[in-house]
Amino acid sequence: MRIVYMDNNATTKVDPQVVEEMIPYFMESYGNPSSMHILGGQAGIKLKEARVNVADLIGAQPEEIIFTSCGTESDNTAIWAALRSNPDKKHIVTTRVEHPAIKNLAEYLAKNGYRVTFVPVDRKGRLDMDFFYESLTDETAVASVMWANNESGVIFPIEEIALVLRDRGIVFHSDAVQAVGKLPVNMEKVEVDMLSLSGHKLHAPKGVGALSVRKRTKFSPFLIGGHQEKGRRGGTEHVSSIIGLGKAAQLALERHEEVNTRVRALRDRLEKKLLERIPNSMVNGDREMRLPNTTSIAFEYVEGEAILLMMNELGICASSGSACTSGSLEPSHVLRAMGVPFTAAHGSIRFSLSTYNTDKEVDFVIEKLPPIIKRLREMSPFWADREGLANAICSVQ
Amino acid sequence: MWEYTDKVKDHFLNPRNVGKIDDADGVGEVGSLACGDALRLYFKVDKNGKITDAKFQTFGCASAIASSSALTEMLKGMSLEEAQKISNEDIAQFLGGLPKEKMHCSVMGRDALEKAIDYYRGESEKKQEGKIVCECFGVTDLEIERTVRENNLRTVEDVTDYVKAGGGCGQCHEQIQEIIDSILGKETPKRKEKVGMTNLQKIKLIEETLEREIRPALKQDGGDIELVDVDGNQVLVKLRGTCAKCAASQVTLKHYVENKLQEFVTPELVVEEVQ
Repeated sequence: MRIVYMDNNATTKVDPQVVEEMIPYFMESYGNPSSMHILGGQAGIKLKEARVNVADLIGAQPEEIIFTSCGTESDNTAIWAALRSNPDKKHIVTTRVEHPAIKNLAEYLAKNGYRVTFVPVDRKGRLDMDFFYESLTDETAVASVMWANNESGVIFPIEEIALVLRDRGIVFHSDAVQAVGKLPVNMEKVEVDMLSLSGHKLHAPKGVGALSVRKRTKFSPFLIGGHQEKGRRGGTEHVSSIIGLGKAAQLALERHEEVNTRVRALRDRLEKKLLERIPNSMVNGDREMRLPNTTSIAFEYVEGEAILLMMNELGICASSGSACTSGSLEPSHVLRAMGVPFTAAHGSIRFSLSTYNTDKEVDFVIEKLPPIIKRLREMSPFWADREGLANAICSVQ
Repeated sequence: MWEYTDKVKDHFLNPRNVGKIDDADGVGEVGSLACGDALRLYFKVDKNGKITDAKFQTFGCASAIASSSALTEMLKGMSLEEAQKISNEDIAQFLGGLPKEKMHCSVMGRDALEKAIDYYRGESEKKQEGKIVCECFGVTDLEIERTVRENNLRTVEDVTDYVKAGGGCGQCHEQIQEIIDSILGKETPKRKEKVGMTNLQKIKLIEETLEREIRPALKQDGGDIELVDVDGNQVLVKLRGTCAKCAASQVTLKHYVENKLQEFVTPELVVEEVQ
């Protein structure tokens, strides 16, 4: 069966050029970059090159890049570094729609002596900026706002926030895991102090990420150990994966244009046709300020897991904001924060495309999904009597 | 990805008996759109009390649809007395098992069946008994008790997997634990008696814990800690030696010192450093 992979916000295929670049560093140039011999030297040189490539992708300086094991480590490192550098300040500002790497850390800190403000979003997933700015105080140590949301794809006004926070002297971290590789992210232009990215979201392997820490930002390490990463992150470098990330960063820079044009057009066509062909369906989130590869569509009166598994039978891979896929019982915190009604939240499907997707694949989904929704709706006790229900249903809190 | 049995997959992809029976003798409905799954069950009964036909309409995940389909297959040809004995475990077994997190789908089947039988017997007006424990999913203490007994459940997590209770805001976890404990014949441990400590006892316990659990570990790294004051649940400390200059001292404080004190004294404690 041919696989149609439209779940690129979950993870991506490793690019063959990335794999090729990595292979020599398993069995030939397998040295530890810290070692004083030829094998160490070979790894060290490539590590340096990867650092330059990653820095170039996000408009940073190579020495500002710290390689980590994943986006979550980058996020945790950033928040702890900001808190430890400002021990007198006990307030954190973040949003209600962050990835668990920030959300759960913030909740943990809230139980451990910190005050945390979670900024709400509106029905379209856009940040309440007035609420955000009003929540800032002299006590605020750090603000952390994702560059773009993984579920809705909505892009946040990071550039504007960065200016305000700079003037207030508050450390600003952005989890840009979903943005890097999909749209130009430029730390030269946007004054975030720290920025997280993850390799496997941009066609590098899983298990490698980076945190970019702007010069003169106070920092203290999360993993305390050896001198690696200039003492900012102990632990022997994951050489092969870092080299892979470097190559992926180079390719991503070359492909920005294609994501913004061809992939965007594929996404737009997929979205438009599905909305046309499937009644009672709607897009979750702001359609303007949005990642070019992502669409989250709610299909009323059906449940997400059932849709996913029926698509899976046809080789179509996507994901849902529904509870049933995650083992929790409530729809995703992102859809809930957006106030997506119950009728729609349980049946929300996210398609996230990449440069590997083709017109044919989009055609295939446009053809196959409507009958699946129709079939599940015919099974649902609510579909037939939806008129009466529409009045009775309140929205998700 | 859930690990569904082939039988679950089959009943999900090719569900039997989907639809409505217009002149049904029994109708039972459970769940709601808000909960993420719902089942409406219909059956016809002949004059001998035998179920001749059963159909369902389900909104929900794969295992909810499969459980409904399985239930209707089981019902056909059964007498009402036999049908009444179907437990959620029977439905799950018919499907070759369900993932633990999905057992509530089989419970939904059993509940709908019970309601449909009540309807048939003209008892559908029967008042909902018990008091609501889980507000998020509208689950009563009686439902929880019954499911805990029938399925030998041991933890709050089990209860959530089986009847969803506790899967939302989580405020009812304590109440659910109490129900489980009362069934298992355990006394609910009253909140640690330490809560009733006098200030003097608390300070003493903090000092002992610092001495026994915390200082030796810090000293190994050339550091030390000094207790400055205890104000309510706020423990004020000073870090000494290498700890005082260490970049990670805040982690030590929050992760290590505070955790240890919470563990050995009382969970409400917050540790703060004074310079």
